[in-house]
Amino acid sequence: MDIRGNNIVVNYDDKIVLKGVSMEVNKGEIVTVIGPNGSGKSTLIKAICRSIKIGDGEIILDGKNIDNIPTKEIAKKLAVLPQVKSVSNDLLVESLASYGRFPHLGFGKRLSKADRDIVEWAMEKTGTLALRDRNIMTLSGGERQRAWIAMALAQKTDILVLDEPTTYLDISYQMEVLELVKELNETLGISIVMVLHDLNQAIRYSDRIYVLKDGEVFDHGDPCEVINRDLLKDVFNIEADIYEDYKNNCPYIIPNKIER
Amino acid sequence: MNSRKQKITILVFFTLSILTFLVSVGNGAVQMSPVKIIKTLLFDQGSTSYQIIWNVRIPRTIVAALVGINLSLAGVVLQGIMRNPLASPSTIGVSAGAGLVGLIFLILFPQYYYLAPIGSFLGALGATMLIYGLAWNGGVMPTRMILAGVAVSSLFGAGNNALMTFYPDRVSGVLNFMVGGLASITWGDLKLIFPYTIICGTILMFLPTRLNVLMLGDEVSTGLGLNVEKTRFLFIILSSFLAGSAVSVVGLLGFVGLMVPHITRILIGSDHKYLLPACIFTGAIFVMLCDTISRVIFQPTEVPVGIIISAIGAPFFLYLLKGKGGLSYGHKRK
Repeated sequence: MDIRGNNIVVNYDDKIVLKGVSMEVNKGEIVTVIGPNGSGKSTLIKAICRSIKIGDGEIILDGKNIDNIPTKEIAKKLAVLPQVKSVSNDLLVESLASYGRFPHLGFGKRLSKADRDIVEWAMEKTGTLALRDRNIMTLSGGERQRAWIAMALAQKTDILVLDEPTTYLDISYQMEVLELVKELNETLGISIVMVLHDLNQAIRYSDRIYVLKDGEVFDHGDPCEVINRDLLKDVFNIEADIYEDYKNNCPYIIPNKIER
Repeated sequence: MNSRKQKITILVFFTLSILTFLVSVGNGAVQMSPVKIIKTLLFDQGSTSYQIIWNVRIPRTIVAALVGINLSLAGVVLQGIMRNPLASPSTIGVSAGAGLVGLIFLILFPQYYYLAPIGSFLGALGATMLIYGLAWNGGVMPTRMILAGVAVSSLFGAGNNALMTFYPDRVSGVLNFMVGGLASITWGDLKLIFPYTIICGTILMFLPTRLNVLMLGDEVSTGLGLNVEKTRFLFIILSSFLAGSAVSVVGLLGFVGLMVPHITRILIGSDHKYLLPACIFTGAIFVMLCDTISRVIFQPTEVPVGIIISAIGAPFFLYLLKGKGGLSYGHKRK
């Protein structure tokens, strides 16, 4: 299962946000999109998740244009965790996780035993089984994000898309979420597409990265090869030193000053 | 709250609605006990009591229940799909549209007064479509729809007021429609509302998960494979039929659709699997109860039920809102 975007163009009214972006995610990869504010990262992710209409280009899921696949079928292959989510004040973790079975339910049907087992499995994988009867509103930021991931996992898809999954979380919860994502990728072979703001996290956790600038792909590939001082200056306007993180076998960036 | 408690709560609501029905049929200018009601209905069909019960009280109470069901279901659906606690049938222009067209018939063409119910029903649907169209911009954003609803309602409200200003002599005749009243309900009125309750209500009972999913936000819903625009449109149409038919029979009773869903949500939680069926009973109980009070409180004068609904409902609602359930009320974004 892979997903490809060919020359995606997105306009908001008369402003062109994506100017023909192409990207691909192969089976079992972790691919991260980085770029400064307004570069079109979230727009690209939303286009892939069909939350916004694309003006031109095409998105191919498993060899088929997603415009020609029923939305429920897409939801069986591609799960999404957007940035903006809402919950009512009395939603339980287990209920949230069970909504992940929605694309698999027939009209007016209830969850079967098999569905319940999958929900249970998704909670176990995300470490939320002990929280099943807890109200989402009473959870910590990290627990809450794990509950959402349980929902996406219960969809039983091959691809998981996460839009800034670490936003608003403190550093330990950020790690918790990224470690979980990595584990799901390694143990279950789920392909991951995500947007991250933290460059060091993107470098460390990704197989490949796409660097966006002004609605175009500036560069893409293995983070060790893509990230260099010139790119950081051209794309992010920072002058930075790059060190080697020997433990995690990847580059580590320390920004020094802003270069405009 | 666990699912067992929720099921028991629904059972309690069901029992209370039966009791309320009996109390409502038994009270008014002439009082009758439930036993006497049943005896009269079965064995005494020539009496005046039978006439009162069968031709006046029962159709009126059934219509009151149906109005309560329709308005509260419409309200709970709209609050869900717009993820906004202020949404209600009036938000999608049902009251404004029904009000204006209803008044046009009652004030400008009183000779065609019998067309007012069907006219106000069409007005409700028309206003909903107008607001939906105005809020459309490649998709309907709930906030846009609420704002469009407020603006259109205000415009139509101006139309209502203009009519009443130019025809002051005819205002007293339409007062019952303006504040909502059940005074002259007969068996004939039932057919204006009953089919909508049955059809739309049944459809809704198959859709609680869709409402629950929509509550998670448009992007999450899309990710779960829900066609957000189509689903929201379907729910708006269903609400419009439900509320429009209610308003066409009793006039403008908007507040029920805002308040009963909230009261029910505080009592049973916001999982639509339980909230939707619960609203059927709470809506019916609430309007039947208010109607009964409207008949007996200032005897022999009957107060329009809309006044009682606001006078009782608003304080009760505020009491619940201040209490333990109300403090954390609302849909927080996270």
